[in-house]
Amino acid sequence: MLTLTCPYCGVAAEETELTAGGEAHLKRFGPGSSDDDLETYLFLRENPKGVHFERWRHSFGCGKWFLAARDTNTLEVFGTYPAQSKAPPKPIKDAITAKRPGWSWREFK
Amino acid sequence: MKRYSVFAVAREALRQHQGWERAWPNAEPKARYDAIIVGAGGHGLATAYYLGRNHGIRNVAIIEKGWLGGGNTGRNTTIIRSNYLQDPSAAIYEKARSLFETLSQELNYNVMFSPRGVMMLAQTQHEIRGYKRTAMANSLQGVTTEFISPARVKELVPIINLEGPRYPVLGALWQPRGGTARHDAVAWGYARACAAMGMDIIQKCEVTGVSQKDGKVTGISTTRGDIACDKLGIVVAGHSGVMANHAGFRLPIESVALQALVSEPIKPCMDVVVMANTVHGYMSQSDKGEMVIGGGTDGFNNYTQRGSFHHIEETVRALNETFPMISRLKMLRQWGGIVDMTGDRSPIISKTPLGNCFVNCGWGTGGFKAIPGSGWAMAELMAKGEPGPLALEFNMWRFKEGKFIDESVAAGVAH
Ligand SMILES: Cc1cc2nc3c(=O)[nH]c(=O)nc-3n(C[C@H](O)[C@H](O)[C@H](O)COP(=O)(O)OP(=O)(O)OC[C@H]3O[C@@H](n4cnc5c(N)ncnc54)[C@H](O)[C@@H]3O)c2cc1C
Ligand SMILES: [Zn+2]
Repeated sequence: MLTLTCPYCGVAAEETELTAGGEAHLKRFGPGSSDDDLETYLFLRENPKGVHFERWRHSFGCGKWFLAARDTNTLEVFGTYPAQSKAPPKPIKDAITAKRPGWSWREFK
Repeated sequence: MKRYSVFAVAREALRQHQGWERAWPNAEPKARYDAIIVGAGGHGLATAYYLGRNHGIRNVAIIEKGWLGGGNTGRNTTIIRSNYLQDPSAAIYEKARSLFETLSQELNYNVMFSPRGVMMLAQTQHEIRGYKRTAMANSLQGVTTEFISPARVKELVPIINLEGPRYPVLGALWQPRGGTARHDAVAWGYARACAAMGMDIIQKCEVTGVSQKDGKVTGISTTRGDIACDKLGIVVAGHSGVMANHAGFRLPIESVALQALVSEPIKPCMDVVVMANTVHGYMSQSDKGEMVIGGGTDGFNNYTQRGSFHHIEETVRALNETFPMISRLKMLRQWGGIVDMTGDRSPIISKTPLGNCFVNCGWGTGGFKAIPGSGWAMAELMAKGEPGPLALEFNMWRFKEGKFIDESVAAGVAH
């Protein structure tokens, strides 16, 4: 059972309290953008076997969206952080580096 | 390769079954092949088989990181049907279903195809309308299906409870020639036929890189050394994203866990396949007597081949309402597979940005039924370098062009 700690209310929420929201840090593209950009935004996804960043919603709790860093191969959780973050905060990156030296994900290291 | 037949069984019975030979030899990798298929699941093996059978390309290796058929092919609930909504889907799934009808004879291997009929329950007004529409579309596509009444449902499935408090059964979409087959046997049958054509099946060999020159593939690196090839087919289901990464392109695919479970064996009580898509549950009875049950996928990316417990709980709870008799069954085993999901829930059989590298993936929760048709189409694509009519619409660029083959709205649950 996956447990994520909501960065807003601090509750260690188990999976049935949460809704998965897919890949985090997507760059949004709207009308007028190129076909390539729209395709990337709407359909192409990171699908790593390893370190991954995701959006989650604390649906049956405070109701807020947040972000999580997880390993898709071991289901280990590296940490959670607020949805407003443009990039994973340093403590999260450090936590990942400690366990997965040399990791990278899109432009993040 | 010695043929299996009633005479062979009789002959072996007389000599204590000492004369059976291995179904396929364990091959060592050669330095070079005309074509390499990565992934010895049903789709990879069928691709290799039809490369040899239909196109005469036999210097082929099938490379598998685990054991053949150990991926989703050996983990699925074996439902075979072709009652999809969109024309390209109906074409390839019906091609596959019709190949299943004679697959045992074709491969000289009993795949135990059992066209016992597949029933998809309509439990909401929306589903009634949807399935009536699908039945109409199917009749235009030449796929035999019909919308049947609750009374007919009860006749076909006496153990069903039509009057569930939440989701009463309001009718069903019925495909009489749908059914099941033995999943392992499909992989083993194709593997044996590939080996008989002289192809190499190389197990416990993980592909770790793709080499290229001037935009064209030249070979692969594996845990057992480098191998050169003219053409490469990537057929690795849940690991498609990982392999695409090796080959230097991206795919519109996410990998999630899908689970199934089986009950203790009981006497025959249901001789059709029943799917209940509104409540995300489906059930059939295996030849051993186990009730084979499947449900929905987890919502997050996962490579662990096991899913979340609450999904099983949801599935069983829902099926209990429709089949009250299962409430006292003990469940024996539960397992998961990593399924490759596309945005429109339709597969990809396509050229890729890398020359002579082709990909077959995205079958998600429902690709077992498609194995013969998918192999047929993928072999044609690899042999000719261009897609034939079956594969054409399933190219990976359809997402950019907005030419979706949208089965997600049509079915919800695919299996
Ligand atoms: C629980 C469950 C129930 C299902 N129920 C149904 C159903 O009822 N009906 C239906 O039609 N479909 C069903 N499906 C879907 C179906 O199982 C799949 O779509 C189908 O089996 C995919 O076959 P494949 O050959 O593409 O993949 P797989 O059988 O997964 O084969 C891919 C192979 O590639 C190998 N591989 C991966 N990476 C590498 C590498 N780097 N190097 C070498 N080898 C590699 C893997 O080890 C694997 O053996 C179900 C799936 C699951 C999980
Ligand atoms: Zn919260």
